[in-house]
Amino acid sequence: MNKSRLAAVAGVAVFGLALAGCSGGGTAGGGNDATANLTSRGPITYVQGKDNSNVVRPLIDKWNAAHPKEKVTFKEQSDQADQQHDDLVQHFQAKDAGYDVVDVDVVWTAEFAAKGWLTPLTGKMKIDTSGLFPSAVKAATYNNTLYAAPQTSDGGMLYYRTDLVKTPPKTWDEMMSMCSIAKANNIGCYAGQFAKYEGLTVNASEAINGAGGSVLGSDGTTPTLTTDKAKNGLDLLAAAFKDGNIPAEAITYQEEQGRIAFESGKLMFLRNWPYVYNLAKTDGSSVVKDTFAVAPLPGLDGVGASTLGGHNAAVSVYSDHKATAKDFLNFLLTAENQKFFATQGSLAPVRMSLYDDQELITKLPYIPTLKESIDNAVPRPVTPFYPAVTKAIQDNTYSALKGDKSVDQALKDMEAAIKSAGS
Amino acid sequence: MTIAAERSSAIARDRAKADAKVRVRKTNAPMIRTVVSAVIIVLWCLAPFYWMIVTAFRQVGFTYDTSPWPTHVTLDNFRTAFSTNLGNHLGQAMLNSVFIGGTVTVVALVFGTSAAYALARLEFKGKSIIAGMILAASMFPGVALITPLFQLFTNIGWMGTYQALIIPSISFVLPLTVYTLTAFLREMPWDLEEAARIDGCTRVQAFRRVILPLAAPAVFTTAILAFIASWNEYLISSQLSSDATQPVTVAIAGFAGSQPHVEPYTAVMAAGTIVTVPLVILVLIFQRKIVAGLTAGGVKG
Amino acid sequence: MSAVTEAAPKLPTSNPVRSGGRKRGGLNEAHGRWATYLITPAIVVLGIVIGYPVVSAIIMSFQKDAGLDKATGLFVAGGFAGFSNYAHWLLQQCVSATGVAAACPPGNLGAQFWNAFGTTFFFTAFTVVFETILGFWMAIIMNRSFRGRGLVRAAILVPWAIPTAVTAKLWFFIFAFNGILNSLLGTKILWTSDEWASKFAIIIADTWKTTPFMALLILAGLQLISQEIYEAGRMDGASTVQQFFRLTLPLVKPALLVAVLFRVLDALRIYDLPAILTQGGGGSGNATTTLSILVVDQIRQGFNSASALSTITFLIIFIVAFIFVRFLGANVVQTQASQQKGELK
Repeated sequence: MNKSRLAAVAGVAVFGLALAGCSGGGTAGGGNDATANLTSRGPITYVQGKDNSNVVRPLIDKWNAAHPKEKVTFKEQSDQADQQHDDLVQHFQAKDAGYDVVDVDVVWTAEFAAKGWLTPLTGKMKIDTSGLFPSAVKAATYNNTLYAAPQTSDGGMLYYRTDLVKTPPKTWDEMMSMCSIAKANNIGCYAGQFAKYEGLTVNASEAINGAGGSVLGSDGTTPTLTTDKAKNGLDLLAAAFKDGNIPAEAITYQEEQGRIAFESGKLMFLRNWPYVYNLAKTDGSSVVKDTFAVAPLPGLDGVGASTLGGHNAAVSVYSDHKATAKDFLNFLLTAENQKFFATQGSLAPVRMSLYDDQELITKLPYIPTLKESIDNAVPRPVTPFYPAVTKAIQDNTYSALKGDKSVDQALKDMEAAIKSAGS
Repeated sequence: MTIAAERSSAIARDRAKADAKVRVRKTNAPMIRTVVSAVIIVLWCLAPFYWMIVTAFRQVGFTYDTSPWPTHVTLDNFRTAFSTNLGNHLGQAMLNSVFIGGTVTVVALVFGTSAAYALARLEFKGKSIIAGMILAASMFPGVALITPLFQLFTNIGWMGTYQALIIPSISFVLPLTVYTLTAFLREMPWDLEEAARIDGCTRVQAFRRVILPLAAPAVFTTAILAFIASWNEYLISSQLSSDATQPVTVAIAGFAGSQPHVEPYTAVMAAGTIVTVPLVILVLIFQRKIVAGLTAGGVKG
Repeated sequence: MSAVTEAAPKLPTSNPVRSGGRKRGGLNEAHGRWATYLITPAIVVLGIVIGYPVVSAIIMSFQKDAGLDKATGLFVAGGFAGFSNYAHWLLQQCVSATGVAAACPPGNLGAQFWNAFGTTFFFTAFTVVFETILGFWMAIIMNRSFRGRGLVRAAILVPWAIPTAVTAKLWFFIFAFNGILNSLLGTKILWTSDEWASKFAIIIADTWKTTPFMALLILAGLQLISQEIYEAGRMDGASTVQQFFRLTLPLVKPALLVAVLFRVLDALRIYDLPAILTQGGGGSGNATTTLSILVVDQIRQGFNSASALSTITFLIIFIVAFIFVRFLGANVVQTQASQQKGELK
C-alpha cells in the first residue's frame, strides 16, 4: 500500500468536504436581519457602478462634511452592469455588512427583494416618495412593499435629423412613411438597440407596450404575450427589419453603435437614452451637431411607451447602521441633490418638479421631451425571476427580428419560456 | 560532480556550436523562405496591435474614426489611464500585477518543478492517479469557481487581500506548469544524473547542477507561461480584489466613459499599450539573461 | 537512420536500462517518500482552490434552486433535487409548476445545452487545429538563426501579453459593423451577428490570441533537440519534409502533446471572448453560446442548477482528456521503467 498517494487523496477529499460543509446555497429569506439595527447610526458604505461624470464623489463629500460621525465611504464597482449585479449577489450571499446602501438597476430590485436582501422601506425606514415619478416608485416596489428609493430615472427618446425631417413623427406608421427620405439620401432610416443583450429587452418591451400590449399581466407573474396587441407591437419591429427601414446591421447595435451611426450621418431616426444628446452636440467626429433634435418615441397612435430605465438606492438587510442609511437615501432624494445629478452627470432626476426648472431646461434642452417620455414610461417586468424573463425575451425577439422565426412563434416560445422560469 | 558537469556543459556547448554552424551554412533560398515567413508572422501578430496603438493615440471624440493611419493624435488617453481622480488606478494596478504575477510564477515553479520531478523521475505507486488529479484541476469551468471561493475567502477574512488573488492564480497555472516540466524533465539524459550521484552529489545537488541547467529553456518557457497566465487572469480577480489590490485587468475593465453606456475605448487601448510593451521587453531581456545565466552556471559547476 | 538514433542520447530507445540491478521494493519506498514531499504542496493548493469548489458544486447540484413562496413573495430553499438538475440539462427537460416534465421552450437556458455543447466542440476543434499548425510554423521560424529573430520573438509575444480583458474589447472594436475590418475590406459583414461570421470572428480572435502559447511551448521543445541530430539526418540524405516527420515531430511530441492537451482543456471552457464579442448571440440567437457562457447565465438564474451544469461540463472535459491521454499517448507519467525499456513512446 502506498502511503503517500493515499494521504494525498484523503487529504483533498476531507478538506474539500469539510469546507463544503460551511457554505450553503445562500438563497433563503432574510429572517431577522431585516428588522435588526433599524435605529443604529454610524459610518456606512455606499456601493455603485462607475461614477462616470464625478457626481457621487462631490455628493458624498457634502454629506460627510455635515455628518462627521456618520461618514459615507464610496465603493465603486466596475462599469459593466452584469458585473455590478454579480458583485452585489456575491456580497449579499456572504451577508457582508460592508455593503450598507447599494445602487441597484431598476430591474434587479424585485430579485434582491425576494431573496430577502433589501430592507423594506416601511415603519421606521419609511421614506417620503411624494413628488417622484409614479412609474419610478412602481419600479422600486415589489409585492406591494417599497424596497428602494428611486435615485435616477431614464427614458428613451427619438433622435431625428432636423435637416431631413421638419416635424418629428408622432406615430410609428408616420415614421415608417418618412423612410423614403432616408432612402433617397442613401442612409439608414431607424435603429434602436437590437443586439442580443438587455437593450433588446428594452426595445422589444417598448414595441409591445407601445402597441397596448404587455409582457406580464397585472399579477406580475403571468405572461400576456400571446395577445393580438403584443403581436402587433413585435410585428412592427420585425416588418421594419424585413423591408430595410431598420438597416440589417442594427441587429449588432448596442447604444454606442447606434449613436456612432447617427453621429456619422448614417441614420435618420435613432431610439436612444438622453446621454447621446451632449455627445452628438460635442463629439469631434459628429457631423450632425446642429442638425438633430429629440422627440418622444412614436407609438401606435400617439406617444409611445418608453421602457423605464434608471437606478434605485436600497439598504442592505445586513447593514449595521440602517438609520444612517435611511437618512442617506433621503439625502439622495432632495431637490438640490437631484438637480446636481442632472447638471453634473446628465442623469435624469426622479423628482418631477425639476423638469420645469428653467435653469435645467436651458442647460439640458431635451428635459421637456424626457419628461414626456418618463411620464409615459412603463417599467420592465417587476419579477424576482427577471434574469430568466429577460433571457426569454431576448432570445426569441432576436430570432424573430432575424426572420428565423415567425413573430407568432417567437411570442409563443417567449410565453412558454417565461412560464418555465419558476413563477 | 566533474564528469556530469562536463557532460552537461558539453551538451550546452554543442547546442551553441550547432547554432553557429547553422548560421554559417544557411544559403539563400531557405533564408528567403524564412524571412518571408517571419514577415507574415510579424504582420499577423502586430496588425491588431497596430490598431490598438492608433486608437490609443486618438482623441476621444474621434474614437470610431476608421482611417487606418493615426489621425487626431493626442496623449490625453494615457493621462486618463493614470488619472486617479477619475477613479483609475493603473499605476498601483501595474505594481499589483507584477507582484501577484511574480509571486505566482515563483511559487508555481517551485511547487511545479518538485511535483514534476517526482512524476518524471521517481517511481511510485498511484502516479497516474496523482497526475490525473492535477490535470483534473484544469477541467472545471473557471466561471463556476467564483462563488465558492468568494464565500470561502469571506469566511476566513481574506477578501480583497493579495493572497486571495495569488493562491487561485497559482492553482490555475500549476497543472500546466507540472505537465510542461514533467514532459521536459523526462527528456533529460538519465545517465548524467546517475553519474552525478556516483560522484557523490545528493539528489538535490544533482538536480540543481546537472538537470536544471539543461532544462533552462523549458523552465524559462514555463515561467513565461505562468507569469502571463497570471497577468491575464481576470474573472476571479474582478470579484475578489479591492481597489488597493486589483491587478491591471480589473483596473482597465473598470475604466468608464464620460457617460453611462460610453465605452472608453481610447483609454482602454492606451492602458493596454502601457501594460503590454514593457512586459514584452522584459520577457525578451529575461530570455537572454536568464537562459544564458542558468546555462553558464551549469558549465562552471 | 542509424546515425540519427546514435546521435540522440535523449531518444528513449537509446537509453540504457539503469535500474535493472537494484531491488525494486527498496527503490520504490525511497521514491515514494520523496514523491510525497515533492507533490504535497501542489496537491494542497489545488485542493483548496479547485477541490473545494468542485466538491461543493457536486453537493449543491443535488439541491433544487430556491423557489418563490407565493404568500410572502420571498424565496425559500428548494430542497433535495435528486438528479432533476442533471435531467434538466441532459434531456433539455423543464418541469412545470404542476410537476409535468416537457421539453424546455426556446429562451429557457435548458433548451440550449446540446447546442452549446456542439458550439463548444466546434470552437475547440477549429482553434486548436489552427493554433497547432500556426504555432508549429512560428516555433520553427523562431528556432532559426536570422537577422531580426528578436523582432519576431517580440512580435509573437504581443498578442498573448495583452490582457484578455483588453483583447476582447479590441476585437469587438475591430469587428464592429462600422469598424476598421469592414472598412479595410470594403465589406458589410455582420461579424457579431451572422451565424458563420460570428463563429469565425471568435475563432480568428482566439487563434490570434493563443497561438503564441503553442509556439512558445513547441519552441522550448525544439530547443532541446541537438542540432547534431539534424546534421546526421542530412548526411543520411533525409529531405526537409522527411526530417520534419522523422526527427522534429517525434522529438517535440512530448511538448506538443502537453501544449495541445492544455489548449483543448482551455478551449472547452472558453468564456470571455464570446461573452464580450457576441454575448453568445449570432445566428438565430445562440450560435456562439458555449458551455461556460451557459454556466454564467444559469448562475444568475439559480446556482444549484448551474452547479449541475458545471459538473456536467467537468465530466465532459474529463472524458475528452481521458481519451486524449489514452489514445494519443499524451501520458506524461508513463513509468520510468517502461520508458527506459522503450515500451512506450
